Amino acid sequence: MTVLCLVERDGDGVADASLRALAFGRDLAATSQDGLAAVVFGALAEPARQALAAAGVTDAYAVESDLLTGYAPLAWARSLAGLIEPGPATAVVAAATDHGNEVLAHLAAITSLPMAANCVSAARTPGGTYQLVRQRWAGSLLEDAVLEAAPALLTVATDAVAASPAAEPAEITVRAWRPDLAGDDVAVCATESAERAGGVSLATARVVVGGGRGVGGPEGFGALEELAGLLGGVLGVSRVVTSQGWRPHKQQVGQTGTRISPELYLACGISGAIQHMAGCLSAKHIVAVNTDPDAPIIAHADYAVIGDLNQVIPALVTALRARVGSD
Amino acid sequence: MEILVCVKRVPMVGGKVVVTPDGQDVDTRMSGFTVSPHEECAVEEAVQLTERLGGTVSVLTLGPPEAADQLRDMLSLGAGHGVLLETDGREWGPIATAAAIAAAARRRAAGPEGGYDLLLFGNEAADTGDYQVPVRVAHALGLPCVTGIKNLDVSGTGARAVARREYRGSEEAFDLALPAVISVKEGINLPRYPSLPGRLRAKRAVIERFQPEYRGEGLRKQLLRVPAGESKRAEILGTGADAVPALVRLFDELGVLS
Repeated sequence: MTVLCLVERDGDGVADASLRALAFGRDLAATSQDGLAAVVFGALAEPARQALAAAGVTDAYAVESDLLTGYAPLAWARSLAGLIEPGPATAVVAAATDHGNEVLAHLAAITSLPMAANCVSAARTPGGTYQLVRQRWAGSLLEDAVLEAAPALLTVATDAVAASPAAEPAEITVRAWRPDLAGDDVAVCATESAERAGGVSLATARVVVGGGRGVGGPEGFGALEELAGLLGGVLGVSRVVTSQGWRPHKQQVGQTGTRISPELYLACGISGAIQHMAGCLSAKHIVAVNTDPDAPIIAHADYAVIGDLNQVIPALVTALRARVGSD
Repeated sequence: MEILVCVKRVPMVGGKVVVTPDGQDVDTRMSGFTVSPHEECAVEEAVQLTERLGGTVSVLTLGPPEAADQLRDMLSLGAGHGVLLETDGREWGPIATAAAIAAAARRRAAGPEGGYDLLLFGNEAADTGDYQVPVRVAHALGLPCVTGIKNLDVSGTGARAVARREYRGSEEAFDLALPAVISVKEGINLPRYPSLPGRLRAKRAVIERFQPEYRGEGLRKQLLRVPAGESKRAEILGTGADAVPALVRLFDELGVLS
């Protein structure tokens, strides 16, 4: 019996989110005395094979089909469905990415099984049910839940589960898997543009300078952008800023925007609504600049400056410029 | 073009979520209600599509009788028709919710108005975040489905759509035949504010009500709780511009100054 994990690739390797899902799957398998199996779409390159072995995967299935020319959510789900029986799989696990949630939702619909999204932990009970902790409100709230289903379909909250190698690398067997697919299964198929967005991305930036309602209007973001530039970082904004049309939505940090995980998040004029904080749970250090010492952000921040960002930020820019000039 | 947009009534939470003493719900005594942010954009997208291609936007929700307020909010933004799948206030799971929505879509398809050409959802509900209701509805109706869309291009005849989203830095485009089920994310558009005539129209609009039967499912909530270690008190570095030297020292210690 196995815990079957959908693994997304990143180049020749395994995507970070999937490494986290594998660690989650391994912990789950330990509670049910199952093996850990992985499903990869397309050929399994050597670096990915090694990463899977290091994560404790004993069986890997490389899905091959002439019908699959790209990401096709329904076809991916049908491929997973075909792998449930031979295992047999006691659980199917995927990272709670756009692909992972989408494919598992299709699998849940195909199999008429329940699905628990954004799980933080899961254990099989002696009675055969699953005891889960999952995120609600994008992680601002946790839900303890019982899942009664075979197999259990789970996606893994990647900001709450760390990637970790198995105690010992596994002996891994790789098999090709030819799913039984029909033309309809690939009717919805992604065409991927080759070009990747240039520059530092909000999701991976080491420093994010945030601006919220306190910035006061669209013209106030110049100083924050300059500060971000001096710190080698990027600008992020709160939802009110994008809802007002002051900045484009792609700069939004939050539950309905981008999740960030920088070394430093400098949040300026941001009150700290849970919709926003859900986007920066993974920030290592939060520094808030706010006029209100009782703003919710102060309860989430490590450091704070009480004051008007329109005075603090220009002074900070001047100080950092002087420093750059003297280097 | 006949479009159905499904929305969910959720508490309007600000700085923190408070759980009721029995751990079963979010305490809403001090908060209002709204719809999930992605869904507001789904309504806006539908209204823009019917402005261009003609047709009607219907907006549907499954929830307590008070969820009619959220339907009226959406009607004031330009939706023409409201459908309330009325519950007794219990939280419904995604399987039963999807089944009730699919039944409503089938009921409409069997009537004189005919079926919907497009069913729009938000990518996930702000509260439960189940990420599966649109996909389950699509399967129940035998329609193609794609989720998390940030750009939607419907052909002039309304027969096809190209739906786009970003995934790990590159763009994915899906070419779909309509009718289809599509879930969208905030950022696909900038929702308008309700107009005064819109508000008046929404107030007078008749909302169709149905009472689907509750069904339990295999995933059962036991307890809601706020994550431990949430609350810390920031170390105050100073006040106003006087705090700048302390900030620079801190940045130095964190190693973010190159």
